[in-house]
Formats: sequence, structure tokens, C-alpha cells
Amino acid sequence: MNSREEILALLRENARYSTEDLARQTGLAESEVEATIEDLETEGIIRGYQAVVDLDETEHEHVRATVELNVTLDRETGYDDIAARLAKFPEVQGLRLVSGDFDFQMEVEGDSMSEVSRFISEKVAPVPEITQTVTHYIMESYKERGVEFGDGHEDDRLSVSP
Amino acid sequence: MTFEESERLHSVPPSGIRRYFELAEEQDDIISLGVGEPDFAPPWSARDAAISSLERGQTSYTPNRGLRELRERIATDARERYDLAYDPDDEVLVTAGASEALDLAFRAFHDPGDTVAVAQPCYLSYVPGATLAGADVRDVPTREADDFTLTRDVLEAAGAGAADTLVLCYPNNPTGATMTRAELEPVAAFAREHDMQVFADEVYAALTYEHNHTSIATLEGMRERTVVFSGFSKAYAMTGLRLGYALAPAAAIESMNRIHQYTMLSAPTTAQHAAIEALDNCADDVAGMREAYDRRRQFVLSRFAEMGIDCFPASGAFYVFPECPWANSDAFAEALIEEQSVAVVPGHVFGAGGDGHLRVTYATSLANLKKALNRIETFID
Ligand SMILES: Cc1ncc(COP(=O)(O)O)c(C=O)c1O
Repeated sequence: MNSREEILALLRENARYSTEDLARQTGLAESEVEATIEDLETEGIIRGYQAVVDLDETEHEHVRATVELNVTLDRETGYDDIAARLAKFPEVQGLRLVSGDFDFQMEVEGDSMSEVSRFISEKVAPVPEITQTVTHYIMESYKERGVEFGDGHEDDRLSVSP
Repeated sequence: MTFEESERLHSVPPSGIRRYFELAEEQDDIISLGVGEPDFAPPWSARDAAISSLERGQTSYTPNRGLRELRERIATDARERYDLAYDPDDEVLVTAGASEALDLAFRAFHDPGDTVAVAQPCYLSYVPGATLAGADVRDVPTREADDFTLTRDVLEAAGAGAADTLVLCYPNNPTGATMTRAELEPVAAFAREHDMQVFADEVYAALTYEHNHTSIATLEGMRERTVVFSGFSKAYAMTGLRLGYALAPAAAIESMNRIHQYTMLSAPTTAQHAAIEALDNCADDVAGMREAYDRRRQFVLSRFAEMGIDCFPASGAFYVFPECPWANSDAFAEALIEEQSVAVVPGHVFGAGGDGHLRVTYATSLANLKKALNRIETFID
């Protein structure tokens, strides 16, 4: 692994590592770490830093859904055009073109089920190229972005061993 | 009189780490850098294979030497990774941990009056293992000046040439030292010149960070005089499943198996099923753990350097072996547990050459390492 890949792997593991700790783990100078991160950001490789939150554990009610979208294309309108239009909505947290029975997989977040339903029926379904929407509400989340939401692996080792 | 201890056992003292275990257990918020095993769980697919084998009721004894499919995969893995050529039929013995294999070899190849030279500091089982087999032990202390590698100089200084057996362990517990092929050459030459057999404990072979592991058995004229010990405890984080193996010429495996068939019958069956899956499908998991250890290693070495504590650049296993800031390493380790709730193990516990050092394990999360090293920094200020 070169230093870019190494920094990227570490930040994907924990975006809150300090520059100092990144330097200590990789043997790079702190200035090199900072320059590398800046490059990764300006090149659009790193697009943001976010906490992985178990929303069910928060006070506030959240509703999330994944929505399958089918679309028809014409000479003027391609996938990118439809995606650009949908991605602008703040309710849309994720949007991917996928292979298989439908075209887009969209993640939507809102404060209530009715809010999410209204968003789909009033903002998404009317888009002329969209021919079908299938909404799946998320009922329970077990793992997000590689992080398991269970109780985790307890350290049951003897405190001192040979 | 009942239960009068045998003379052999009588000469084996209780383990030197016991005291630190007891002190650490008394502390509530202990962060332990004193363990000798991975903090990871075994790769899930290996655990899943163990569960499936239980569901299928595969809980009988296996052949004494281990499941044929497992021996084949062990032989293939040893050849592909380390260029070690062993026949799965009669040159591989699957055991209850490398620990059992070591014990078998000590008993199979020694009579009272034989001498076992043990490169030190080292894992705690070699000296008792040799002693219980009736052999005399000759300490071969390695030196920090050599980065704790074994050299011809220290072998000669210890008079190791008079011994029947040489025990060495690289990558090393407790120092984290590794040895390159070039560094192993003179050791191999020494063993050949003195017609010694070599016990090479290579349980940490998968965990090297500066260069790939070289087995001493791959050096000229060494295969016929070497038993290689390895297992699944370290690379695959499977310590509690108790699975290891020995690789050696057929006659040696036959001798070791003659003890094994009476005293163990066969290694744990469930663990053998997990191990088959581990060798088939878990190379990426091992690589991931290795990477994590390497980052932690660099982190710990950087922190000791920042504190002004001398520490040679350990390049294997999951240990570093810094110099102890106090003259008395027992007092240091005890006070560190009591005042800062951080456990480390004084180096002298691991034998000759370890005095004045501390074994610090980095098989724990970076968050824990960070906290523990901050506490050590506060402590020595
Ligand atoms: C150098 C060394 N050899 C052997 C062992 C024991 O391995 P196993 O779990 O395979 O018996 C250990 C465990 O700490 C070790 O550090």
C-alpha cells in the first residue's frame, strides 16, 4: 500500500483519527499526512466525513426507506440527468444506479412514514421518466457501513497471559 | 505418602507471570498490554464452519494425525507461503495447539542427561517442556545489540554446541524480533556443525512487517534436522480452539505421533473443521489483521520514541520490547498496574537476556493503546 491508500484505509476505518495518530500509525510525517488528505479531498476522492449513527437509539424519530425506481430513457434524457434531478432533494440520502430488475436504488430519510410517502408520491413519482416506484421501509438496522449494531465482541481474554 | 511431586516437576517453578495476572485482576479499569493472544475473534467463516460441523454432528475422534483434508491444506499452505515441502501423509501432525506439539517433541527426542539449548528471552513453555522430559536446559541469552536475533556469537558464548537440541522462536514472543534468511544462515551452520536437532517455533510466521518469514528448515541441510511448530492461534486468532501442528521428516512425526496417539488421540475435531475453512477462505482476514497489527506496532514504537524510551524496532508477532525506564522492572510493572491500571510484563520473566525490558503487547484496539500509552507517559513523568 502506498501512503495515499494507507491514509484512505485508516480514515475509512475511523475518520476521527488525528493527524498525529495517522502519522504515528503510518510512519509518515504529520505534514505529509495533511498534504495527502488535502489532495484526496481536492481530487474528490474523499467526499465527506460522517458518523455512523444507530438512529434507533436516538430520541428523535427517524424513518428511512430504500426505494426501487424504474425509468424510461429517451434521446434527450439519460440516467445521469434523472439522477441529477433526484439527488438534489435533501430527503434523498443515497442514490445508485444498479443492475437487475430495477434501475435506481434510492435511500430516503424523513421524520415520519407519512412524510416519506408524501415525498415519494408528490416529488418522485411525478418525474416523467419514472415509470415505477417500490418503497421498502427499513424496520431494523443490524449493520451500517461495516459497523455492526449488536453488543459487539467482548474482550474476554485473561488480563495477563504468556 | 500421597501426591508427592516428582523430582522433575519439583524443579519447574510456578509461572512468573502469575503475579502480574493477580495484580491486574484486582484493578477495575485495567488496560492490559500483557496478553499473549490476539484481540480479534477468528474469521467469521471459520467460526461458521465450526458451527456447521457441530450441526452435522461431526464430533468423533479424527485420525491420530488429523483430518486428511486438513493435513493436505496445511502442507499446501506451508509450501506456498514458506517454501516448506512436507508430505501430508506422514510429515504433518495436527495437535492440540503448537503447545502439544512442542511437548511431544521434547518427550520424543530426549533422555535424562540430554541437553536442550533454548534461545531466550522466549515463550514460557520451552524450559518446563524440556525439564519435564528429563533434559537439562542451557540458556542462550540473545542481546538487544543484535536486535534479539540469535547469532553465532551468543551460541558459542553459551556453549550451545554441546546441546542435542536448539530451540528458537522467530518471530519471537516476547521481543517481537524476526530473523532474515541471511541472519539464520550462521545459526543453521552452527546446528549442522554440532549435529544438533532444531525445534523451530514459527507460530507467528504470518505476522511479520518488514520482510516475509523465512523458516530455518528451508536452509541447506536443515530439513532433516528440524521440527517446525506452527498453528492457528496467532494468524487466525483461534487460541481457544487449540489447534496447531508439527512439520518434520516422517520418522520424527512417527515418533511424536506415538505419544500423541496415546495421550491425545486426536486434536479437537471442531477446531479441525474451522481450520480447513481458515486455510481455504480466510487469507484476506489474516491480511487485514496483519495490517491492523502493523499500524498499531508503528503507533506504539512512535509513542515510545516520543517518550524517550529506547525500543528496538520489533518487526514481528504483536510485541514490542522496550527498555524499562526503572532499574527494577518488577517494581515498575507493579507500580504501573497499581497507579495507572496498565499491565505489562517484565522481560526477565521470559528468561535470560530479558532483564531490564518490558513486554508490551499491541494486540488491543488503537483506542486502548492510545489511552495506555498516555498513562505510561504520565507515570514516568
Ligand atoms: C511462541 C509461542 N509458541 C507457542 C504458543 C502456543 O500456541 P498454541 O496456542 O498453538 O498452543 C504461543 C502462545 O502464546 C507462543 O507465543
